[in-house]
Amino acid sequence: MKRVIMQGNEAIARGAWEAGVKVAAAYPGTPSSEILRNIAEKYPEIYAEWSVNEMVAVQVAGGASLAGVRAMASMKHVGMNVASDAFMTLSYTGVKGGLVIVIADDPYSHSSQNEQDSRHWARFGKAPMLEPSDSQECKDFTKLAFEISEEFDTPVLLRSETRVSHCDSLVELGERIEPNRKIGLDRKEASKYNMIPIYVRQRRLVVEERMKKLEEFANSFKYNIMEINDTRYGIISSGVSYLYAKEVFPEWSFLKLGMVWPLPKKMINEFFKKVKKVAIVEELDPFLETEIRAMGHRIWHGKDVIPAVYELSPEIVERAFKGKRYKTPKTRMDTSSLPKRPPNLCAGCSHRPLFYVLKKLGLFVFGDIGCYALASNPPLEAIHVTICMGAGVGMAHGAMKALGKEGLGKSCAVLGDSTFLHAGLPPLMDIPYNKGNSTTIVLDNMITAMTGQQEHPGSGYTARLEPTIAVNYDEIGKALGVKSIRHVYPYNLKETMEIIKEEVNKDEPSLIICKDSPCILLRRAKPLERFKYPAYRVNEEKCRGCKACLEINCPPISFIREEGVTKDGHKRKGRAFINRDQCVGCSVCEQVCKFEAIEPVVN
Amino acid sequence: MKKDRTVTNIFLAGVGGQGTILASNIMGHVLSTAGFEVKKAEVHGMAQRGGDVVTHFRFGTKIYSPLIKYGDADYLIGFELLEGLRYINWLKNDGKVILNNQKMYPPAVNIGEMSYPDDIPGIFRSHFGKNNVYVVEGLEIARKLGNIQVANVVMVGAFSNFLPDLKEELWLEAIRNLVPERFQDLNIKAFQEGRRALG
Repeated sequence: MKRVIMQGNEAIARGAWEAGVKVAAAYPGTPSSEILRNIAEKYPEIYAEWSVNEMVAVQVAGGASLAGVRAMASMKHVGMNVASDAFMTLSYTGVKGGLVIVIADDPYSHSSQNEQDSRHWARFGKAPMLEPSDSQECKDFTKLAFEISEEFDTPVLLRSETRVSHCDSLVELGERIEPNRKIGLDRKEASKYNMIPIYVRQRRLVVEERMKKLEEFANSFKYNIMEINDTRYGIISSGVSYLYAKEVFPEWSFLKLGMVWPLPKKMINEFFKKVKKVAIVEELDPFLETEIRAMGHRIWHGKDVIPAVYELSPEIVERAFKGKRYKTPKTRMDTSSLPKRPPNLCAGCSHRPLFYVLKKLGLFVFGDIGCYALASNPPLEAIHVTICMGAGVGMAHGAMKALGKEGLGKSCAVLGDSTFLHAGLPPLMDIPYNKGNSTTIVLDNMITAMTGQQEHPGSGYTARLEPTIAVNYDEIGKALGVKSIRHVYPYNLKETMEIIKEEVNKDEPSLIICKDSPCILLRRAKPLERFKYPAYRVNEEKCRGCKACLEINCPPISFIREEGVTKDGHKRKGRAFINRDQCVGCSVCEQVCKFEAIEPVVN
Repeated sequence: MKKDRTVTNIFLAGVGGQGTILASNIMGHVLSTAGFEVKKAEVHGMAQRGGDVVTHFRFGTKIYSPLIKYGDADYLIGFELLEGLRYINWLKNDGKVILNNQKMYPPAVNIGEMSYPDDIPGIFRSHFGKNNVYVVEGLEIARKLGNIQVANVVMVGAFSNFLPDLKEELWLEAIRNLVPERFQDLNIKAFQEGRRALG
């Protein structure tokens, strides 16, 4: 069999294809985005869509399942919060075609607003959850998830995480097999799918029965694996945590759970009989630990030594069990004192001038989820709250209601185009209806940028890059009752500042849309063609070293400490320098400079 | 049990946008084609935007963890000098470091608050001896080839010298597989120049 190297997400996509999936829907979010991207790029047999948000993705997959085909929705951990409303009741109705929801967690919050542990959804929603540890298991477990879904009439959760989704390892490829099932909608099945109270109470019992059967199944599930080696020490683990533990203590015994809910209680009891000291190694919450303690077992170690926050790693697991016997590798220098390199907005990004303006206006900025969160870092420091998709819009309105007219001119909400469509419409609707006066700025860069350029209903293209309708943000604002709708071109600092200043001071709802400012990485929009010159440079005769251009935090601009004088006799402590390799010619620094010391490079 | 396993750990460090992911993808393609088990781990998403990026790359007979254990890297490839230095403690005592002689100033240096460390190759030499520190003019080689973006593949070429059992053709095949056709020649040249630089 051919084995190829594949990223975990790529393997989940492959598993869906081999399982004969017909419909796949997702909203992008790190570390899950490559699942749908791979399906859209490689597997034309599967209908693939970027849904407007995760709840819609689960609705789409749920509808396809009801019509009889295998369907999958994928998202990051916080996406499941949005999708949970649909999931919690789909758990009652069960499925027709297999229905799998992939949730990718992000321990350590590499690229997220929190660190939640998605295993709780399985217990909360009463559905089975599988947890792969590498790419081969990503593919195998995805296929098994569809079988379990159909056999037990339940949605199945597949939990991945950063170190599974974004790790590459070898995968044995298989063929696609489409299940031979009749498709169609059946009006006679309403009592199973129509969740009005009378039917809910019936289904509630079915769900309990199903979970009992699944627990029995878990005891014989072939990916719940007991490895008995040294019987003095044993570890119960799952996912990538198992790999870390196995790496450092390969001689110990292991109970590796491929299914983390429901738990294989008989198997766990057996492991405790065979092994003297049993520890539990799991990332984030003491999920297994709480359940296993509740079964009455005495645990050797768990969260007393394994951290409940951030990611685990081989050395964290090793240190946890070895304690003082752990030999810390040699430290050659204290690297924490080196200059840090936080991520930054790209050179030429349209968010940079916009946030510079907001900072200069002294506004309190209600932020949202997207690249623009990078404007939080110094020296811009232009975002003051970030909670979840769409939250900035609703919170700005709430704050203005609390502050009354005192609040005018002091705050605004910002969110990206994709975020606006995902979760910004309901809070925006709330403002005119409730006679509010807050300002909402849509940073339209024509793509879902942070997660790597995914299409959305405003971008004009589908997941498969077919041209389609593009939502008109002005029309949305109008339809929702916003009267003051303005456009800004962020690269024009002066004009942008005037318009925003006017709008935040108005005692009525305002919607401001950034126009003609595509993501600098979105090639098809030819972002660089907007710029008159290919780059800018510092005129050393004029630069006074005032550092005003450094306030925009543009990657190519640096400060050279070197005392000197300008041509017209001003003493300076240093001067600015623009790295030609990185500058794209957006002209923002030129507008910021008060001494005309930044000039275009004319090729 | 552990003793039967031979694993090589390579730690790649660079700046988001430098193309460390393509570099590690080429390595992954080559080593898996050569019959090794391979695991590699990296972080995508917001962490990429001009921030520091690292890849853990492991190959051998049997690999469990996708992450290299702290202090257990056989090789450290620094695609940028400061980023190489940031992970100096990840190298084994007898490890080797391959540095791209390129400086990219982080914000604190740009605004003049902190200074960029001096003579980073010298710091490595003082800890690992001069025979274990290799400096490659990755950026300059790429510039001469007409596109500074291929410095990453120059570094892959330089590193390929440390795996002498793998034929050049394997690497070129990986590049053909992973790079869009119109950039293949450029990337192959970049690889060959890098290979020659330390060859």
